[in-house]
Amino acid sequence: MTNVRKRQWKKEKYKDTFRMDQEFSKNYLDMDLLRFTTAGSVDDGKSTLIGRLMYDSKSIFEDQMEAIEESSKRRGDENLNLALLTDGLKAEREQGITIDVAYRYFATPRRKFIIADTPGHIQYTRNMVTGASTANLAIILVDARNGVIEQTCRHAFIASLLRIKHLVVCVNKMDLVDFQEEPFLKIQEEFAAFTSKLDITDIRYIPISALKGDNVVDKSSNMPWYNGATLLYTLENVQIASDRNFIDGRFGVQGVIRPMSDKYHDFRGYSGKVEGGIFRPGDEVMVMPSGLTSKIKSIESFEGQLKEAFPPMSICMTLEDDIDISRGDMICRPNNHPDATQDLDLMVCWLNQSALKPGGKYLIRHSSNEARCVVKGVRYKMDINTLHRLEDDREIGLNDIGRIFLRAAKPLMVDPYKKNRNTGSVILVDEFTNETVAAGMVI
Amino acid sequence: MSPHELHSYNLSHLKLLESEAIYIFREVAAQFEKPVLLFSGGKDSICLVRLAQKAFFPAKIPFPLMHVDTGHNFPESIEYRDSLAKEVGAELIVRSVQDTIDQGRAQEEKGPNPSRNAIQSITLLDGIEELGFDAAIGGARRDEEKARAKERFFSHRDEFGAWDPKNQRPELWNLYNGKKQMGEHFRVFPISNWTEMDVWQYIAQEEIPLPSIYFSHKREVVDRDGMLLAKSDFITLLKGEQYEEKVIRYRTLGDMTCTGAVESEANSIEDIIQEVASARITERGGRADDKRSEAAMEERKIQGYF
Repeated sequence: MTNVRKRQWKKEKYKDTFRMDQEFSKNYLDMDLLRFTTAGSVDDGKSTLIGRLMYDSKSIFEDQMEAIEESSKRRGDENLNLALLTDGLKAEREQGITIDVAYRYFATPRRKFIIADTPGHIQYTRNMVTGASTANLAIILVDARNGVIEQTCRHAFIASLLRIKHLVVCVNKMDLVDFQEEPFLKIQEEFAAFTSKLDITDIRYIPISALKGDNVVDKSSNMPWYNGATLLYTLENVQIASDRNFIDGRFGVQGVIRPMSDKYHDFRGYSGKVEGGIFRPGDEVMVMPSGLTSKIKSIESFEGQLKEAFPPMSICMTLEDDIDISRGDMICRPNNHPDATQDLDLMVCWLNQSALKPGGKYLIRHSSNEARCVVKGVRYKMDINTLHRLEDDREIGLNDIGRIFLRAAKPLMVDPYKKNRNTGSVILVDEFTNETVAAGMVI
Repeated sequence: MSPHELHSYNLSHLKLLESEAIYIFREVAAQFEKPVLLFSGGKDSICLVRLAQKAFFPAKIPFPLMHVDTGHNFPESIEYRDSLAKEVGAELIVRSVQDTIDQGRAQEEKGPNPSRNAIQSITLLDGIEELGFDAAIGGARRDEEKARAKERFFSHRDEFGAWDPKNQRPELWNLYNGKKQMGEHFRVFPISNWTEMDVWQYIAQEEIPLPSIYFSHKREVVDRDGMLLAKSDFITLLKGEQYEEKVIRYRTLGDMTCTGAVESEANSIEDIIQEVASARITERGGRADDKRSEAAMEERKIQGYF
């Protein structure tokens, strides 16, 4: 079956689709950016879907196509193997598996897209969490023949845990169920039942055939019963601006800029990225953890002074008063600031071979801040297939998700992750190997 | 907040990519003791310099630029390098592959277009070690090549300067981990998420001047296996080959021995953008160094290549 399905690509291979429309570049200077992640289990056609999106949006170049063809031949694959396009490392190609997250890029006249392509099996929780951490949207692939399986639920759980606001469930291989509505409805029902336990607001369902292209870029004539949008239309039009936090002013200070030149003799600016809220000159601010207050004097940039700054702009801010501010501090509002706390309650995903050591010391990184910390305990481990809390199994190893509490050596200015992804996320670093061992979300 | 109000708080993709790159630059300045910006004179590193200027404005770029000179560079590119370093007021360090060869630390390749591409890694690692740099910032992009698609923003290198692609640190949110042991260093890629098109659009938006060889000009070239190589002292003509004058430009700048030209009349950034938009071959398709094997880039990167 696989061979027949793959051959479809051959036929249209040299169709003149590589050339981009000239109009394209004219519209290109001012586009949106959407980051999404793709999740699916083995053989659900994820590579084919990504291949299809890139192919139909003319993002696969001739030399890439030729290279894939050549390696397919050399490997003895009878047909074009599109997974070779996404599998970048030698070991991946040799073993026919994807080891690591790969990033792919394509653009349409409306939007530029960054895909975090995460592997279906090996290390998959770790990789999906990584890919999901920066994604606006997640595509979850379900094989129309198999329905909602354990892995589907895991994907949905991770997406909700990482608070991806938009979920697109692509019911793939509709051609293999004769484009019938029933299997699609059944999957929709099952998925909705499972996700009612999760906190995801925007879930869309699209019946597709990644291989044949139905409802991927072009609307399918094989499924007249489906009135919704195609996948690409959905990706191009989903509203993501309101996903940022414009309410709670948060500015993690990355560094102090002091030119000490003749022109900028007394200049003292604070560099950083706006992680929440909108800042304007004249605004009252409070610096955490000191609690000192001042007013914004100016917002500086290479292009000149700015009237306002909002997420996720990288700027440089000057204040009216000369107060002690350094890297790791957070500039907030007098009446809206996170508590400076040393005790943190976290959901963590463990990313490393060596398991979490209760009582162990780690480095914690949060925004531009860093501190030593000690893990005080594990509250429970999560069974990510059933969503049960395992209170008698508290061993957190590679790819496990669990709730822990720790104490940091100095106060950190954290928000709950659900309120702000930037100021609610942390990583733990092993003090001896220097490896990033855990991703944490503040409860 | 109503959708109407929100509309003005949209940032274009170029602004988002710029903000991300600036953030990375500032993290490098804060997390490392002695960073260096690897400057090749190519368009990607030219963008990097502009981004570094923005990251620390109104202060100067707080680290030097380093160029690994293979000796096979286009003269236009060297000229541009010198004037840019002067303009931004940055210290320019040049380390030359010829010196490495003269010191007996590397051997020149044989053949009709001997490439110094692989041995420049030795010069680069020597330079990093000699001057004690702990972070080398480069303009590599993930869309360039399949091994680079797996690259991190903060990419760890062991004490031999080697990359272990199968054992990389996960990178989540905007949290970058630059912790290392003595003798190790990091490669940092602030424009990882940019595509070739983004770079060109950014150059257009920022009106950044470029070396002249990116634009259409007449040049004597030889067609070798479909690649147009410029006439230079480093190329030996094979039997049956001859130079001919063509109207060409370069999409990417590497050594004269391995960078192919494209026939093009594109004379302005806008022309180039049009051309890139309709291109059917990736920019590295003109690079002989990548064609040597399927994993050519990965193997070079493991050895310490940039």
